Amino acid sequence: MSSILQSSATAPGRFGPYGGRYVPETLMVPLFELERAYEAAKADPSFQSRFHDLLKNFAGRPTPLQFASRLTEKLGGPRIYLKREDLLHTGAHKINNAIGQGLLAAKMGKPRIIAETGAGQHGVASATVAAHLGLECVVYMGTEDMERQALNVARMRMVGTQVIGVESGSRTLKDAINEAMRDWVTNVRSTHYLLGSVLGAHPYPTMVRDFQAVIGREAREQILAAEKRLPTHLFACVGGGSNSIGLFHQFLGDASVKMIGIEAGGRGAALGEHAARLAAHQGFSGARPGVLQGTYTYVLQNEDGQIAATHSISAGLDYPAIGPEHSWLADQRRAEYSAVSDQAALDAARLLSRAEGIIPALESAHAIAGLVERLPQFKKDDLVILNLSGRGDKDMDTYQKHWVQ
Amino acid sequence: MRIRSAFEALRSSGELGIVAYITAGDPSLDATPKFVLALAEAGADVIELGVPFSDPLADGPTIQRASERALKSGTTLAGVLEIVRRIRKSSQVPLVLFSYYNPILQMGLEKFASAAASAGADGVLATDLTPEESEDYRRIMRLHSLDTIFLGAPTSTDERLAKIAGCSSGFLYLISRTDVTGAKDSLPDDLPALLRRARSVTVLPIAVGFGISLPGHVSVLGGLADAAVVGSALVSEIEKAKSVDGAANALAERVRSLKEAARHGLSRREVAP
Repeated sequence: MSSILQSSATAPGRFGPYGGRYVPETLMVPLFELERAYEAAKADPSFQSRFHDLLKNFAGRPTPLQFASRLTEKLGGPRIYLKREDLLHTGAHKINNAIGQGLLAAKMGKPRIIAETGAGQHGVASATVAAHLGLECVVYMGTEDMERQALNVARMRMVGTQVIGVESGSRTLKDAINEAMRDWVTNVRSTHYLLGSVLGAHPYPTMVRDFQAVIGREAREQILAAEKRLPTHLFACVGGGSNSIGLFHQFLGDASVKMIGIEAGGRGAALGEHAARLAAHQGFSGARPGVLQGTYTYVLQNEDGQIAATHSISAGLDYPAIGPEHSWLADQRRAEYSAVSDQAALDAARLLSRAEGIIPALESAHAIAGLVERLPQFKKDDLVILNLSGRGDKDMDTYQKHWVQ
Repeated sequence: MRIRSAFEALRSSGELGIVAYITAGDPSLDATPKFVLALAEAGADVIELGVPFSDPLADGPTIQRASERALKSGTTLAGVLEIVRRIRKSSQVPLVLFSYYNPILQMGLEKFASAAASAGADGVLATDLTPEESEDYRRIMRLHSLDTIFLGAPTSTDERLAKIAGCSSGFLYLISRTDVTGAKDSLPDDLPALLRRARSVTVLPIAVGFGISLPGHVSVLGGLADAAVVGSALVSEIEKAKSVDGAANALAERVRSLKEAARHGLSRREVAP
C-alpha cells in the first residue's frame, strides 16, 4: 500500500501523515491567503472580541451542560451530561464555525461566501451569518438532501441565500462539496469558501477545529463545576467530524478521558451501505487512506481509488471521508471510533425524546445510540459528556415516516 | 523524450503545438486507441489521456459526463495503461496521463510509475497535486523517466510559477483562467500577461489550456505559447457523435482546423470575440 512517505507530524496542516493540501493550483494562493488571514485573526483582539460577541449575542453561547437525570436513570449506567449545542441559534454547533469564517471573509474583503451542506445545518448557519454580516451567500446541496431536509432549504431561502441543487453523483454532501469547489475555483477572487467541517485542504481542518473548540472549553469548565472531576468518556457523532473534534480537543491532554466518535453504520457493513470510515474492526469495509477533496485521510473507496457511494439515514453523516485529525487520533488510539445502524439511531432519537423531552437531530442520535450500545462496558461511577450537536426539527419527516404509519 | 522532441520540432518550425485531451474509456476502452490514432494523424502534437475519476472537482460538466461514461464502461487506471500499451504498437505520439491523484496513490506510486513507463507513457499530470505534496511522486516518476507536468494558474505568484516550473519537466501547463475545464468563447484579457510572467521564470515549453476550443484562440496564442490544450471541445465531439468512427472523424476534423490555424494564423478579423 502506498502512503504519503514524506510527511512528518510537524508539517503545518499535517496530523501525522494525514491532512495536507491536495487542490488544483488555482486554489493554492487563496489557501495561503486564508491561512495568513486566519493566523492574523487569532492574534487580533478586535476580531476575537467580535467573534465572542457574536457567539454570545447572535448564537446564544455558552450552551448549557445539562445533567440528563431521567436518561441516566433509565439506562442504569454512567452519569450522563448533554452538551446542548442543539439550543444554539439555527439549531446546531455549525453556527460556531460559520460565525468565525464569516467574520474572516468580511475581514479579507470577500463580498461573497459559498458553502456546501448535507443535513442543511451548515447551510442554514452560513446563510444566517451571511445575512447578519451583509454578505452574498450561495449554498450547494445535493438534491437528495434537499428532499430529506426540506425545512432547512426553506430557512436558507428565507434569509436570502441562493440554494443550488446538485444533481451529480450520489446527490449528497460529497457532490455538494465538488460543486462548491468548482464555484470557488471560478470565483476565487471575490469569494470565500465557508467549508463546514474539519475537512478539505489546510488550513480548514485546523481552523474549523479551532472555531469549534469552544464546545470543549465550555464543557470542561462546566463539568468541573458540576462534578468536581473530569469526565471518563466523551461521545459525539462523526460525519466530517467538526462537533466531535470541537468537544474532544480541549480534553486531548487528559489521558484519563476516553473519546468515542460514532459513525453512520447505515444499513450494513458492505461498501455502499454505510458511511463508517474508522470501524473496520466491526467489519465495515472499504476504508483506506487516500486523497479526497483536498485532504489525505481515511476514505471509503473501491480498489481502483474511485470514491464509494455511502448510505446513512442521516444526511450530515453521509460522507465517504473523515477529517484528517480523526484519522490520526484513531491510528494513535487516542480516540475510538465505532458505527451504529440507521435503526439504532432512530431508536435512540425516540429514547432521548421520551426520557428528556429533547428531540435530537438524526446525526446526534447516532452518538446516543453509540452510548447505549456501550452500556455493558461502563463502570457505575463513569461520567459521560455527550455532545448533542443539533436539534431534530429538520428530521421530523423522517421520524414520522418511521413511527406514525 | 518523445515530449521533448515534439516541442523541439515545434520550436524549430515556429509553429504552435496542439495538445489534445480526451477521457480514456469514453465511450469504451476499445474506442480510445482509435481516437488517439485519429488525433495523431490529424496533427495533434501531444495527447493527454484523462483517467476518469468519480469526483472530478476541477472539471466542468463536459468532462464530468465523459468521466461518468468512462467509469460506466468499466475503465480503471490499469485499463488506461493497457490502452497506452495498445496505442504504442502503432504510434509514437507523445502521451501524457492526466489524472486525479487518488487513483495513482491507490495503485501505489512505484507500481504506477513502472507500469506507466513500460506501457509507453511519457508524462503524468495529477490535477490535484501541487509541488508541496509531490516530493516522493516526482522522485519516483523521474526514476522511471516519466515527465512530471504541473499546473500553473492565474492566481499563482511569480515565485510559485518558478517553483511549479522547477518541479515540471516536458512542459509547463498554464491554466488560462480561474475556472474549471470547459469550452469558452473568448480568451481572458490577462492571458498574455500571465504568459509573460511564466516565460520569465522558465525555459520549459508552455502549453495553455482551459477554455480553448476555436481556431481563433489558437491563432491568438501563436507566438505567445508553445502549445494550446484542447479538451472539452474534443470531448463534446465524442459525446455528440452517433458512432465511434463518426467520433474519430469529427475529432480529426477539429484538430485539422486547429492545426491549420496554428500553422498559418488567422487575420484578427476572424478571431472569435
